[in-house]
Amino acid sequence: MNKILIANRGEIARRIMATCRRLGIETVAVFSDVDRHARFVFDAGEAVPLGGQTAAESYLRIDALLEAARATNADAVHPGYGFLAESAEFAEACRAAGLVFIGPRAETISAMGSKIESKRLMIEAGVPVVPSVTIDDIPEAELAAAGDGLGWPLLVKASAGGGGKGMRLVESREGLVEAIGAARREAGSSFGDDTVYLEAYVPAPRHVEVQIMGDTHGRVVHLYERECSIQRRYQKIIEESPSPALSAEVRSEILTAAVTAGEAVGYEGAGTVEFLVAPDGSFFFLEMNTRLQVEHPVTEAVTGLDLVQMQIDVARGEHLPEQSSVPPVNGHAIEARLYAEDPLNEFLPSIGTLHQFRIPREGVRVDAGVYDGVEIGIHYDPMLAKIVAHGRTRAEAARRLAEALGGAVIHGVQTNRALLVRVLRHPEFLAGDIDTHFLQRHSPVELGAPLTGVAEGGLHALAAALADQATRRAAATVLGAVPTGWRNNPSQMQEVSYQRGADRIDVGYRMGRGGIEAHIGDQDVAVSGVDAQPDHVEMTVNGVHRRYQVSRAGGRHYVDSALGSTDFVEIDRFPESEEEAAPGSLKAPMPGVVRRVDVAIGDDVAAGDLLLVLEAMKMEHNVLAPVAGTVTELRAAVGEQVEAGRVLAVIEE
Amino acid sequence: MEAHVASLEATLAEARGGGGDKYVERHRERDKLLPRERIELLLDRDAPLLELSPTAAAGTGYVAGASLVTGIGVVSDVECMILASDPTVRGGAVNPHGLAKMLRAYEIALANRLPLFFLVESGGADLERQIDIFLPGGAMFRELTRLSAAGIPTISLVFGNSTAGGAYLPGMSDYVVMVKERAKVFLGGPPLVKMATGEESTDEELGGAEMHARTSGLADYMALDEADAMRIGRLIASRLNWRKLGPGPRRRSIEPRFDAEELLGVASADLKVPFDVREVVARVVDDSDFDEFKPLYGPNLVTGWAAIHGFECGILANDRGVLFSEEAQKAAQFIQLANRSDLPLIFIQNVTGYMVGSQYEQGGIIKHGALMVNAVSNSTVPHITLQVGGSYGAGNYGMAGRAFKPRFLFLWPNAKTAVMGPEQLAGTMSIVARQAAEARGLEFDEAADEERRAALAERIEAESLAPYTSARLLDDGIIDPRDTRTVLGMSLSAAHSNTVEGTASFGVFRM
Repeated sequence: MNKILIANRGEIARRIMATCRRLGIETVAVFSDVDRHARFVFDAGEAVPLGGQTAAESYLRIDALLEAARATNADAVHPGYGFLAESAEFAEACRAAGLVFIGPRAETISAMGSKIESKRLMIEAGVPVVPSVTIDDIPEAELAAAGDGLGWPLLVKASAGGGGKGMRLVESREGLVEAIGAARREAGSSFGDDTVYLEAYVPAPRHVEVQIMGDTHGRVVHLYERECSIQRRYQKIIEESPSPALSAEVRSEILTAAVTAGEAVGYEGAGTVEFLVAPDGSFFFLEMNTRLQVEHPVTEAVTGLDLVQMQIDVARGEHLPEQSSVPPVNGHAIEARLYAEDPLNEFLPSIGTLHQFRIPREGVRVDAGVYDGVEIGIHYDPMLAKIVAHGRTRAEAARRLAEALGGAVIHGVQTNRALLVRVLRHPEFLAGDIDTHFLQRHSPVELGAPLTGVAEGGLHALAAALADQATRRAAATVLGAVPTGWRNNPSQMQEVSYQRGADRIDVGYRMGRGGIEAHIGDQDVAVSGVDAQPDHVEMTVNGVHRRYQVSRAGGRHYVDSALGSTDFVEIDRFPESEEEAAPGSLKAPMPGVVRRVDVAIGDDVAAGDLLLVLEAMKMEHNVLAPVAGTVTELRAAVGEQVEAGRVLAVIEE
Repeated sequence: MEAHVASLEATLAEARGGGGDKYVERHRERDKLLPRERIELLLDRDAPLLELSPTAAAGTGYVAGASLVTGIGVVSDVECMILASDPTVRGGAVNPHGLAKMLRAYEIALANRLPLFFLVESGGADLERQIDIFLPGGAMFRELTRLSAAGIPTISLVFGNSTAGGAYLPGMSDYVVMVKERAKVFLGGPPLVKMATGEESTDEELGGAEMHARTSGLADYMALDEADAMRIGRLIASRLNWRKLGPGPRRRSIEPRFDAEELLGVASADLKVPFDVREVVARVVDDSDFDEFKPLYGPNLVTGWAAIHGFECGILANDRGVLFSEEAQKAAQFIQLANRSDLPLIFIQNVTGYMVGSQYEQGGIIKHGALMVNAVSNSTVPHITLQVGGSYGAGNYGMAGRAFKPRFLFLWPNAKTAVMGPEQLAGTMSIVARQAAEARGLEFDEAADEERRAALAERIEAESLAPYTSARLLDDGIIDPRDTRTVLGMSLSAAHSNTVEGTASFGVFRM
């Protein structure tokens, strides 16, 4: 194995390439049109354009990938995670083309890819599973009865699914048929397979998974567990190893069960056996992921192993060490997934230009595929980076991770950064008192609110104003040598206003002989020691000297300091009257494609009725009637691409 | 000096207060901006504003500032002369001091070629003083159109009343912006029209912004509100395609090596105590770098080359107050040299006059003084005059006093200006009286003379003080000594808006 084609993109492509470089293996990247300037393309020795924008047009094209491997003489393919990582068809096609597929055998993928089939196999092997019902053969009229058998609420899950896509929680019989429909559509568009099934719902469970590794000689070992209970919309966002919750007995049982599961299917390569752990310590097999997981770095951190290297070794036919030779768990590691999304707005993906992206790297591992200036679009997963902190204790790891996230400079898109930091500092999290409903108990709106409050925002606004002042003075074409804002008869301060979210911040300053006078809102502030430059401001406020980094992009100001990060839009000195939207108009909450329109002009709707469905970032978003009334305008059609803020419909009360 | 500065600040505060709290409040209730608020909104953010004669009329019975704000500021990167009537002071009515201030602002705009903004809201002339305003006041309009004729853009932003004669302010301007439902520009209002012709009419019909923008065409732009007027004004400035004609700064500005704060202590409280004027220069010019010319000759007048904010210039500064023949000749030569090099001149006055006495008369002090006055009168490079102490007698003339039309003339708060010192003047008068009495053989009343002498000295002293002269528009304002560099730098920059060219053509130099 001399050259590996990485059939993936972003951070995981870069991560695989890093190991390949270390092992002296050449790498080939493939990329869509959207990714042509991406880092992973240049990290690779060679790169092959796939064309296209969407995943279906690029990274999911098996023929193009095989052609790319042929053109570059690659002898192996690493699928990463997502895309074709769990496609038996792709694994088989690689084998048929004479390429080593770095992953399990196609039959294993196939068996584990079907949640229904995998459960059957696990039941046979004696691994406890969550009760479930397949519904392919059940007529619509009898679905509700099938649900009754499992009890309510229950889950509708995509057989081929993962990451919460194609999954719906159904509270009662009424919502079942619609949820199945929605899950099918999402599954179909995400995985190309719209099979769904029903599963009993375990309340307040913890999500614990075991990393296993199998070689081609029949040995399966585990690399301990990971806990991934902090989730939003079934999407893991904080993962750690080891689990803070398992007793020695349960841990031993669950690790053994995972190895048993692996052995039952003759598992080869890296895999993950996922379990739900109920509060009483009982656990159920959930599914097996036949790939490298997003969260594999926490396992690497506590074991010191390189999982990609192990995958390659196994694919080369090498023997795995015995279980007893696996290094013991060292300390504790926590990973946070930084997403471009808005926790204050139902986690809607946030798109735009990522103007700046810097995470202080001391003591943390950052796996990122993004870079300054990249467009965060609607076509791929909105994860910007994974940040992994390793500590002697869980508390140390959490502290370090929160610190790194808090100090990150992320300009241009909204992120879940504040939410991650607040979770990592939450007493319940620190006590290990977590389950998958953490973000249902604790409001994402509160946790995700900006880390900087009103006071910090005000100081940052003042810093932004002073930096702009420096910019303007440096650019002055006349009288540039005169002291800033000089007056021989001063009557007022220089006034600047900013919009920060829903808040308006008015700041003023006057730099005179005796120093600077300033106000934030209607409060005078004592400021001294000012050094204002276009890109940074240093000043002492209330006795504390800080440096404020100021940058501007896309019409916004971004200010970062030890107090945190804020961004503003400057309010024009001469505001123009805005065109007002008709009351009752519904704007697209984000850019996306209209998948369904359920109403027509003239329809009477009740508040909360489904009007249309928007799909973006592979998730469906329901647009509901905010008020009861009549649909008087409809400005969106199925299949149409709409931008954020576009009025989709107007309802007259 | 601190007391002088504090007193200046108190007068400035009075000027900022306009017509007082009651009228300011009433103005605000009408949702209107104060004149300085209008100016601030018009100016480029963080750019400077040099108010001119801010203490005009102070102590004359009129409100300090003379119901008008004038100053040099930057609008859309263009250095402009800005005038704004203060409607909180008697409705912005023009009084004699305000008229003088307005005409001086026009004069500065013309000499330095500064585009002119007039922020109009004025009830017209102060009728009680019509005799002092009506006839000379015509110059308000004549000079405005002469500015336009000289290629200097004039822009009126009309916020309120601009009626009768005042209607010609927008009428004579290149660009006119009127604020909707606020501007009122007509020759005669409804009552006058009713009296004159019997026609029933409204303000809006006669002179509203809508009417002028849509019907008469007097308004080029209609602003939706006050802020919008400033936005449009800035837009106009940005489209003037304005280019300064002077060469501009030749080098990078470097702050002086000595602290400007120390200027407060440099000038003596008692003008009789001389101070080294190089201490002033060192705290004003770039890098404190001053190349003295003829340092060993005529040492009472320091001459030399320096730069301020990168603008190169020549400086003539009185060191010890008296000018002898040597100083006068040195000045005449230096002024000619500056004209050869097209360099502006800065005159720093602390002068008691030309030396008197038989030795000096016989030595030709008149001739030599005339050389200096000839040179300063005919020099065509920009002159900027700064009084840092006394300015007496013909010394005031030779050192580019007001009558010699410097582009700008500023005073330190300790400055005094008079034909001679009050004690000398009173003493001279006393001697003359004594001689007259003696000639007529009358007995000279020593006690009465003493009284008269003291009273006269006191009055002359009071009239020589900076607040007195500045209130009467005999200069362009009193400045805080610590602002000297900034004020001179802004003056030089303004002067560079026009050509900076010297001359070889002087009057006959009497040898």
